Amino acid sequence: MTSAIATKDKIRAQGLSLFYGDNQALFDINLEMPEGSITAFIGPSGCGKSTLLRTLNRMNDLIPNVTINGEVLVDGENIYAPDTDVVNLRKNVGMVFQRPNPFPMSIYDNIAYGPRIHGIRKKRDLDEIVERSLQQAALWDEVKDRLGKSAMGLSGGQQQRLCIARLLAVDPQVLLMDEPTSALDPISTLKVEELTQELKSKYTIIIVTHNMQQAARISDTTAFFLNGVMVEHGVTDKLFTNPTDQRTEDYITGRFG
Amino acid sequence: MNSKLTNNIANLVFWMFGFTILGILIWFLWHILAAGLPHLSWDFITGKPQEIIAGGGVGPQLFNSFYILFLSLLFSIPFGIGAGIWLSEYAKKNWFTDLVRLSTEMLSSVPSIVFGLFGMLVFVTTFGLGFTILGGALTLALLNLPVLVRVTEETLRAVPDSYREASAALGATKWQTIRKVLIPTALPGLVTGITLVAGRALGESAILIFTAGVTVSRFAPDFNVFASGETLAVRLWYVRSEGLVPDAMEIAEGTAALLVIVVLLLNLLIGLPSRYLQRKAAGK
Repeated sequence: MTSAIATKDKIRAQGLSLFYGDNQALFDINLEMPEGSITAFIGPSGCGKSTLLRTLNRMNDLIPNVTINGEVLVDGENIYAPDTDVVNLRKNVGMVFQRPNPFPMSIYDNIAYGPRIHGIRKKRDLDEIVERSLQQAALWDEVKDRLGKSAMGLSGGQQQRLCIARLLAVDPQVLLMDEPTSALDPISTLKVEELTQELKSKYTIIIVTHNMQQAARISDTTAFFLNGVMVEHGVTDKLFTNPTDQRTEDYITGRFG
Repeated sequence: MNSKLTNNIANLVFWMFGFTILGILIWFLWHILAAGLPHLSWDFITGKPQEIIAGGGVGPQLFNSFYILFLSLLFSIPFGIGAGIWLSEYAKKNWFTDLVRLSTEMLSSVPSIVFGLFGMLVFVTTFGLGFTILGGALTLALLNLPVLVRVTEETLRAVPDSYREASAALGATKWQTIRKVLIPTALPGLVTGITLVAGRALGESAILIFTAGVTVSRFAPDFNVFASGETLAVRLWYVRSEGLVPDAMEIAEGTAALLVIVVLLLNLLIGLPSRYLQRKAAGK
């Protein structure tokens, strides 16, 4: 690994397998995601990359009939241990989804939603968090005069940055991004990509993407998945220029997927 | 026939259906209001009823209609919405849940007069309450409960899962998600359901004849839930079928008009703020 990558692992999957009913979707995944860097998951549709992402903050708990074997360690703690506080886990490991999903409330209330449920009540504190989060998400200048207006009136790209701001407002340590730009136009995509570069100094980011150029542009390490198996994981530059596995090479050169 | 022509015919037919509905409403309102409005006066709306002589009013009945409506909603809304939330958000998919859902559906198709008989057997006779506002309101609550459960469940199910995911991913508990995202989002649908139920309750007669009786307290307004409480709809039935007053027809017409106006006002009163909130949330 290069020196650009921090040595400490923020998240580590160990022998992780996942079943939807009798269908195995992930096979014995072993993967380290270093702190303060961007890890990209790439692979064809249905390869398990989004499923893996959703195991990292236990979003799969919301789906019935999911069985998980193995461990996911966040800061060395197994989040599938019986005494895990899932609510607290998700506060630390937040998620941005494929489709922007703002709540049907005002821009302000969207951002203040997280802080409020975590007990922050004072107007002055909330105002400060709302402004800081929107600025971090590079949205403040566009919305500062319409904070009381519904978030549903924003464009798709603005909505996605709002969702990122909403997440930053709860002050997480890890951002999971599930194809965050696949529903956005190129300009909005660029803005979100730039945003990830600014955020990675403070947060550990794990991003699932369909778009290999995107993975190459923004990530430090990349993991390639195929049919629920992690084929290869390494420094992004090396994985894209000189992959170890034949299947990775076939995929990145466009022979399938 | 070519497809363009059939399309035009279809266009015409569907417009006609639309106008037919509107026409029926106007026809109906015209008849009821034209017959009833001339009898509506302050004395009629607030006055006490008469049993033998002409000139009685429906003041107590108007009060009882709303009092019974209020009490029945007070009993049915917590249980109805609660059970709906349970079915939509908490219940696992198994035979027990299916059984609860099936029971709700069966209960919602029971004819109201059968509920009336049930209410009479239970509250009036077994509990020995006699004909009371309380017994009427409780029986009415039973009638409305299954409707509220279904409306709540369906409205909550219509809220996209992406909201539940977004909320969970911010570290919200299930209850916080329900309280702060799902219920506010589903509110317009819930309000529509409550309006529907309230309208039905205001117009219900069969149940109340059996449980709240056809007489009113000597005092008006009487908040005593153990008094008997004839409502507007029951009064309408009573004067036309058993009434001895010489102006029974006029009272019936006036009562019908008053009932229609009251239901319309109630709809507007609940519906307008809800629509406003909905538009605001949608960013218009």
